Amino acid sequence: MSDYEPVIGLEVHVELSTETKVFCGCPTRFGAEPNTQTCPVCLGFPGSLPVLNRKALEYGIKTALALHGTISPLIKFDRKNYFYPDLPKNYQISQYDLPLGRGGYIMVEGDTGKKKIRIHRVHLEEDTGKLIHPEASPTSLLDFNRSGIPLLEIVSEPDIRTPDEAHAYATALKANLEYLDVSDCNMEQGSLRCDTNVSVRKKGQETFGTKVEIKNLNSFRAVKLSVQYEIDRQIRQLEAGGKLVQETRLWDPAKNATFPMRSKEYAHDYRYFPEPDLVPFVLSKGEIEALRETIPELPEERMERFVKGYQLPPYDAKVLTSEKALSDYFEASVRLFSNPKQVANWVIGPVLEHAKTPEGIASFAVPPERLVELLRFLESGKITQLAAKQVLEEMVRTKEPAAAVIQRENLSQIQDTGTLEHLIQEAIRENPKTVADYHQGKENAMMYLIGQVMKKTKGSANPKKVNVLLKEKLEEAKP
Amino acid sequence: MINLETVHYVAALARIRLEAEESKAFTAQLSKILSYFESLKQIPTDNIEPTSHAIPMQNVFRPDAPKGSLSQEEVLALAPKRRGGWIQVLRVIET
Amino acid sequence: MDLFRQTAHSLIRLIQEKKSSPSEIIASLRQRIKAVDPSLHAYLSLDGELQAPESFPKGSFQGLPIGIKDNICVKGRLTTCCSKILEGFRSPYHATVVRRLLAQGVFPFGRTNMDEFAFGSSTETSCYGVTFNPWDRKRIPGGSSGGSAAAVAADEAIWALGSDTGGSIRQPASLCSVVGLKPTYGRVSRYGLVAFASSLDQIGPITKDVEDAALLLGVIAGRDEMDSTSADLPVPDYRKALKKEIRGIRLGVPKEHFEKGLDPEVEAIVRRGIDTLKQLGAEIKEVSLPHSPQAVAVYYIVAPAEASSNLARFDGVQYGYREEGEDLLSTYSLTRKRGFGKEAKRRIMLGTYALSSGYYDAYYLKALKVRTLIKQDFDRAFRNCDCLAGPVSPTAAFRLGEKLEDPLTMYLSDIYTIPANLAGIPAISIPCGFTRSGLPVGIQFLARPFAEETLFQVAYAFEQNTDFHERKPL
Ligand SMILES: [Mg+2]
Ligand SMILES: [Zn+2]
Repeated sequence: MSDYEPVIGLEVHVELSTETKVFCGCPTRFGAEPNTQTCPVCLGFPGSLPVLNRKALEYGIKTALALHGTISPLIKFDRKNYFYPDLPKNYQISQYDLPLGRGGYIMVEGDTGKKKIRIHRVHLEEDTGKLIHPEASPTSLLDFNRSGIPLLEIVSEPDIRTPDEAHAYATALKANLEYLDVSDCNMEQGSLRCDTNVSVRKKGQETFGTKVEIKNLNSFRAVKLSVQYEIDRQIRQLEAGGKLVQETRLWDPAKNATFPMRSKEYAHDYRYFPEPDLVPFVLSKGEIEALRETIPELPEERMERFVKGYQLPPYDAKVLTSEKALSDYFEASVRLFSNPKQVANWVIGPVLEHAKTPEGIASFAVPPERLVELLRFLESGKITQLAAKQVLEEMVRTKEPAAAVIQRENLSQIQDTGTLEHLIQEAIRENPKTVADYHQGKENAMMYLIGQVMKKTKGSANPKKVNVLLKEKLEEAKP
Repeated sequence: MINLETVHYVAALARIRLEAEESKAFTAQLSKILSYFESLKQIPTDNIEPTSHAIPMQNVFRPDAPKGSLSQEEVLALAPKRRGGWIQVLRVIET
Repeated sequence: MDLFRQTAHSLIRLIQEKKSSPSEIIASLRQRIKAVDPSLHAYLSLDGELQAPESFPKGSFQGLPIGIKDNICVKGRLTTCCSKILEGFRSPYHATVVRRLLAQGVFPFGRTNMDEFAFGSSTETSCYGVTFNPWDRKRIPGGSSGGSAAAVAADEAIWALGSDTGGSIRQPASLCSVVGLKPTYGRVSRYGLVAFASSLDQIGPITKDVEDAALLLGVIAGRDEMDSTSADLPVPDYRKALKKEIRGIRLGVPKEHFEKGLDPEVEAIVRRGIDTLKQLGAEIKEVSLPHSPQAVAVYYIVAPAEASSNLARFDGVQYGYREEGEDLLSTYSLTRKRGFGKEAKRRIMLGTYALSSGYYDAYYLKALKVRTLIKQDFDRAFRNCDCLAGPVSPTAAFRLGEKLEDPLTMYLSDIYTIPANLAGIPAISIPCGFTRSGLPVGIQFLARPFAEETLFQVAYAFEQNTDFHERKPL
């Protein structure tokens, strides 16, 4: 196995979040009734013509710049000709030899520290319609709402060597796109789609092995698993003296395996030629620099700032910045509560735990202001750490502020010695065997009794105080 | 110039079914036309840029502003076959 | 007075002077069509019932009807490009030119016949049957806008729109003795013109005289936000150019347009036409367009290549004709086998081949480079000339069926019209005389990009000093 080196590249298609489609004025909203967001242009009706949405090109250029790429001095579009029912004109307006961006890179956390994955090219094209295949029907159904949504294709160089790196690259790219606010990157809705190219070669070999393209990867987990599967499969094949064929395979998440796609009848002969219905685009240096100015802080920079500015451990900063919404949440909280480490612990811990919905932190029921209220109660000693976690849970459930939950659930910390002593006496009375164990020197017995007292206070007692008082009472009760 | 096999390949690319005698006729006609094109090869074109647009223009955009769409009914009324809100075709065989 | 005989500009005057009305004009046209169209077949259908002309917006043309070639979309009306594959297709939108006409009170009155998808020079490849030349019913009217040209020539239409990709307005205009203008590429929006070759197509007027062509271009020209290639230049009042003197104008005569292949009788007529202009004070110069003999080869690579891609959308999925096979692939290939006519298939095959892997550089790229040379020839010629003059077509109207089975010969009949499309420049054909057997011959003028005014100036001067345009076939 270890004689082989995998060579992996990713092709990521991302739908840009413009209000209208790339060549017409139809809306791009997801989830509309089928065939209600179409017009002669995106339906490819006879006589219709495309006109480029300026914002789509700007988003593309901004992305290429953010990935450290170079913008082509002359941007043109080409037709990619192939027949498929979801492609209304039977050609896709895409970019062939003059993509809007070339080169660039993303830094990812590799197996051996930071690694640079180079970008090959970034180009703009139109999305296709959607085909659905009703179960047990000899027919397919077409919805053209998606047809013509601007699609940015980002192709990496074959610099990736492991399934984990593939995962890290995809995650880092997605984070960058989210920070750039050029796409919602929603994989469930198909606004971010991944294909991988996988080959293996003998270690030290210069030339590439036979490349296999894997499609139908609808999560980053699938990217990682499929790459691993494919590496293993290819090595096994070669070890057995077999040959690999250049092909496209589909990932089957149910079977955790890739399967060859039934090969299309004809070799790919896309007959690219310059799109005569669009004119070329030439952006001045000034226009490009103006777009560069609009690039916000990107995940890597933000991570560094979190480490330096908030003295966070790199791990915390990495987790917090892995998603733009999460890091925004953290920063909004820190602005109101100046104990970054405490906020980080809470955001990475309980908050993230509760925000594990498809919408994630963006729709989290507890906004930063409310989280901070809770942290203030904790800081002032009004509630215990344990109670605070319970309060947050209730806040998520009922959408109430912390104060209301604390009051309703009677969770404020019991400071009053009299009450505590009373409860401790009760616990001693109810657990004579454990008390006896304690007096025979069993340390566990103490822990158990503290637990019993805390239970009686619903976790709202100060554990240290309970410890001190309990010890006193036990000594008093010594036979 | 062009043989029967190429004619079949091109017809397949263009998604046109040809009858045997059509293929033969096209092979002959296309060969004749293509040999007429041979004269182009004599024209020196080193350092000549290709012209895809006769009247040079650049940077024609539209703003990212919505325009009206067609209604579902307008779209589906034109379709040879429909089902519900969709256009129906024979199943695409794949996977 | 027969209203159907009139030009648009004279009818507008009659309407303004309340001596006639759009409904009278339409009634007169209907009668004329009833009388002559059965023997010509210029029209596919009449759209006149759409709306009473009086209720059209009160623009300067107040309800004047126009014939529309079947490849220009009119909302709610059949737009089939005379192809079976678009059977039953009713466009859900108006072409920009149609919008502009309607805004000026000119309304689509009838759909005119054409070669299938404008592939042809004879209007014989229409799936609805041929159109006959009004001057000789045994002959073709030219093409592909043969229906529009024949309708105007036979006074079945006041005026009409055609489209010109390699001569499809000018050649039938010449063969039918009417005026036909191909505007500069980008002068008129292509939005709603069913694309044949996107980098060559232009919509243009087919009219009874030069003044009408100037009027009509003024209505349809101008920047359109729906067409990226439409030029953002002001539209002049073209009629102002008509009365300008041509004394001193430099008229180039490209020697390559008078070489072998040109019928001697046609040559004599065109040379006589050039003499007329000389007598009117034009300065005649011989010029050379050395690459123009390559134009046909370049064109028949570029145009079919673009066409093969433009016509890929006709697959029976979303609209038009569908022939269901046993699976999707056979549905595609059966639909396209039965839906397209012979010439359409031939051009799709030719274009697909020229773009296919391994041939792109040798054919398509090479053609685009020679296209640059052809354009440079014109740039050079226009440094010393204001306008070029020459024949439109190597022969007068040929007989029906004569070239149908010989595609290359058919293609070569576009030799003088194609260069203007490749270079994007404007060109006009106007009546210039008749052969001994009474067949019309046109003369072509070409000018710099966006210099349509020069064409109108020269053409109008010629027309004012000749009477060929007044002769009527029927
Ligand atoms: Mg792509
Ligand atoms: Zn649309």
